[in-house]
Amino acid sequence: MVDISLRVNGSERKVNVSPDTPLLWVLRDTLELTGTKFGCGAGLCGACTVHVDGAAVRSCSTPVSQVAGKSVTTIEGLSANGLHAVQKAWIAEEVPQCGYCQAGQIMEAAALLAKNPQPSDEQITQAMSGNICRCGTYERIRRAIHRAAGTGGAR
Amino acid sequence: MSPLSRREFIAAGVAAGAGLVIGFYWPHRSSPSGGTFAPNAYLKITPDGKITVAVARSEMGQGVRTSLPMILAEELEADWKHVNIEQIGASTLYGDQTTGGSASVRTLWDPMRKAGAAAREMLVSAAALEWGVARTSCKAENGAVVHTTSNRRLTYGELAGKAATLPIPTDPPLKQSKEYKIVGTAVPRIDTPSKVDGTAVYGIDFRLPNMKYAALARCPVIGGKVAGFDDKESKKISGVSYVGKISDAAVAVVADSVWGAMEGRRVLNVQWDEGPNKELSSTGMMDGLKKSASGKAAVLYTAGDVSKASGRRFAAEYQLPFMAHAPMEPGNCTAHFQGSSCEIWAPTQVPQDVRDSVAAAVGLDSDQVKVNVTLIGGGFGRRLEHDYGVEAALVSKAANTPVKVIWTREDDMRFSTYRPASYHRLSATLDGQGWPVAFSHRVVMPSINIQKGFPAEDGTDSEVKEEASFVYAIPNTLIEYVMTETPVPLGWMRSVNALQVAFASESFMDELAAAGGKDPLALRLHLLAKDEDLNGWSSARMRGVLQLAAEKAGWGKALAPGHYHGIACFASFHTYMAEVVEISMENDQPRVHRVVGAMDCGQVINPNILEQQIQGGVIFALTNALRGQITIEKGRVVQGNFDDYQPIRMNEAPVVEAHFVQSAESPTGAGEPPVPPLAPALCNAIFAATKKRVRALPVVS
Repeated sequence: MVDISLRVNGSERKVNVSPDTPLLWVLRDTLELTGTKFGCGAGLCGACTVHVDGAAVRSCSTPVSQVAGKSVTTIEGLSANGLHAVQKAWIAEEVPQCGYCQAGQIMEAAALLAKNPQPSDEQITQAMSGNICRCGTYERIRRAIHRAAGTGGAR
Repeated sequence: MSPLSRREFIAAGVAAGAGLVIGFYWPHRSSPSGGTFAPNAYLKITPDGKITVAVARSEMGQGVRTSLPMILAEELEADWKHVNIEQIGASTLYGDQTTGGSASVRTLWDPMRKAGAAAREMLVSAAALEWGVARTSCKAENGAVVHTTSNRRLTYGELAGKAATLPIPTDPPLKQSKEYKIVGTAVPRIDTPSKVDGTAVYGIDFRLPNMKYAALARCPVIGGKVAGFDDKESKKISGVSYVGKISDAAVAVVADSVWGAMEGRRVLNVQWDEGPNKELSSTGMMDGLKKSASGKAAVLYTAGDVSKASGRRFAAEYQLPFMAHAPMEPGNCTAHFQGSSCEIWAPTQVPQDVRDSVAAAVGLDSDQVKVNVTLIGGGFGRRLEHDYGVEAALVSKAANTPVKVIWTREDDMRFSTYRPASYHRLSATLDGQGWPVAFSHRVVMPSINIQKGFPAEDGTDSEVKEEASFVYAIPNTLIEYVMTETPVPLGWMRSVNALQVAFASESFMDELAAAGGKDPLALRLHLLAKDEDLNGWSSARMRGVLQLAAEKAGWGKALAPGHYHGIACFASFHTYMAEVVEISMENDQPRVHRVVGAMDCGQVINPNILEQQIQGGVIFALTNALRGQITIEKGRVVQGNFDDYQPIRMNEAPVVEAHFVQSAESPTGAGEPPVPPLAPALCNAIFAATKKRVRALPVVS
């Protein structure tokens, strides 16, 4: 067990955990930020996606020691009031069904748009194909990203 | 009581027909007090005008927390803005609470309408009494009662106290479809905001004070048992507080964090008694199904005499593998056993079964077990099982702590219950003009229900019969079922047996079209040309969805170069569905560009949610068709995670267009019917493109 400091959603947090603990479990169990989800534990589904220094990262396969001193953003911290442009677009397009993968999808989409504010269909596919949705919401995810980017999506 | 009685009840209800599963149910939840109006267990109106609708089904993405309250609110003439929901856990007030069989809207359509209508009538009476005017001069609209001659108005909140004192009408008048203001509209889902800001609480997110976490080591061989274990290494892991055998087949590791429990399990040394199935393989089981095909069969449907038809005969064999639900939220359940009581927080489709199974497992009576239902991160039938609940209760009792049991993805893949593998023999006779005059289909597969201990009906599984629908007017027809056995645990997976039956039957129909020189759509329409009842199904409604899908897809019209269409239809869960799939071939593999689905499920409650169900059902079915295969070697499930069981991702997802028939018929199922036609429509498109017939799933192996 070691003390590790990281910045989570803008606040300095110190945790005392085994250094190989995946960031996912530190967020969920230690810091009680359960919006980030466990899906596969192997970086295969994207449900656990968070931002580390602005880049989309799979928290299930990132040891917490690797993010010491870094800035982590989870779905809870994506915006002050839950109304980031991507979240607004997700509501407008009614993307979620079961909703379990959507925090990861939203974090992935927000990272894409931060890098590339007007992605093409092909670029959206490229960026989002690491995230699995068993409810099959892909078409609406695509529309919502276009809507958030202002590149269409209105029906 | 059998722990599986709930699903049996659904299955029996399906067999008996619409409307019988749950009668009109009318209990009071509690005595109304403080001016609260609660005329039945589904509804509560408080003086501040807040309307609370009880949702006694589980939300797993299919939208019941929105669609069911919409039905009640419509009859209540409520202002939708004031409608809130209360998720009901295991109860004795709502009949069977199983969420399955695409049955929630179908079975609660009448109870929810009547609950809303009765309350509306009482509120109108309360206003008339308040004003001392004739009841007929008052009407309910948008959350208030209005006196039509004076324009006076009292809100439902203002009327709640008085309404609560009035008698409850038993047979309130119901609205006509054309009068609907809420039903049939795309009301935004109640649960969407919480699912985009991280505040939604799924089973895995729920926590209790001082709760611990548990991971279980289970025997990797089907049917194997714990022979012994050594916990020395586990106990060295920080935070591990308990290691113990909690059942014949599992050892639990309890720790103060999920990671501690997983690490403790990783280093646990268990000796397994692998039992009788250690040589079991899925290829061996498929050989067994083929051998069983000549055995005793139950007749599901028959017409005429297939042996007497004369003409050109055709035959084919089809086969499908085991498949896994793989919902995104891995299995989990939270339990707190406290001697004479046990409370459970479960992402479950069967709260009452969980209650009864937990009670039996920990030695309590059912009324000593309380089951709360959380949001569910994908069900697809996996959460019709009670395994997580029982495990959590046993661990809580053994370790004497509130605890959450968490499964990993590998646990979910390897210790699931699986869609049964199946083998199919089909044959048909074409007359001189190329039209089928005889059709037979022998389905060979193990029965989910019989494996789970439900009694056979007429020597067979009535659910297989229900899902092996045959909606074509062919004079000589024989649909049979050879029921086999398997040690592989079986489960109900989205569309259940209808998927296997539809793949074989609708692919073979395409073979007959090709053999007879007919267009696949024209052949189907020919066999549905006359308005008639076909084994309880309407030929006209099936024809309707075929024509709608074909028209919207541009069937028969020119496609982009290298693109091909395939079509299939199937009736399941009281609903009619047709799909047209457009593909091209790339490196000998199909690329699916577009799927056009047409559904007739009677009255549409919410077109937005229905479109979600059609889009989702098609994508789910595409995974099943292309790659969704569970194999077994040496008694062990081979696949473990999303690298070897690969769901469709965005790069493979087609555009899915959802169309539905405008109808005022009572609503039927929506979640499962989009699944069965997809695989045959896809494989029929592959035939159109390549002239090669795919007779075994998965397509890509």
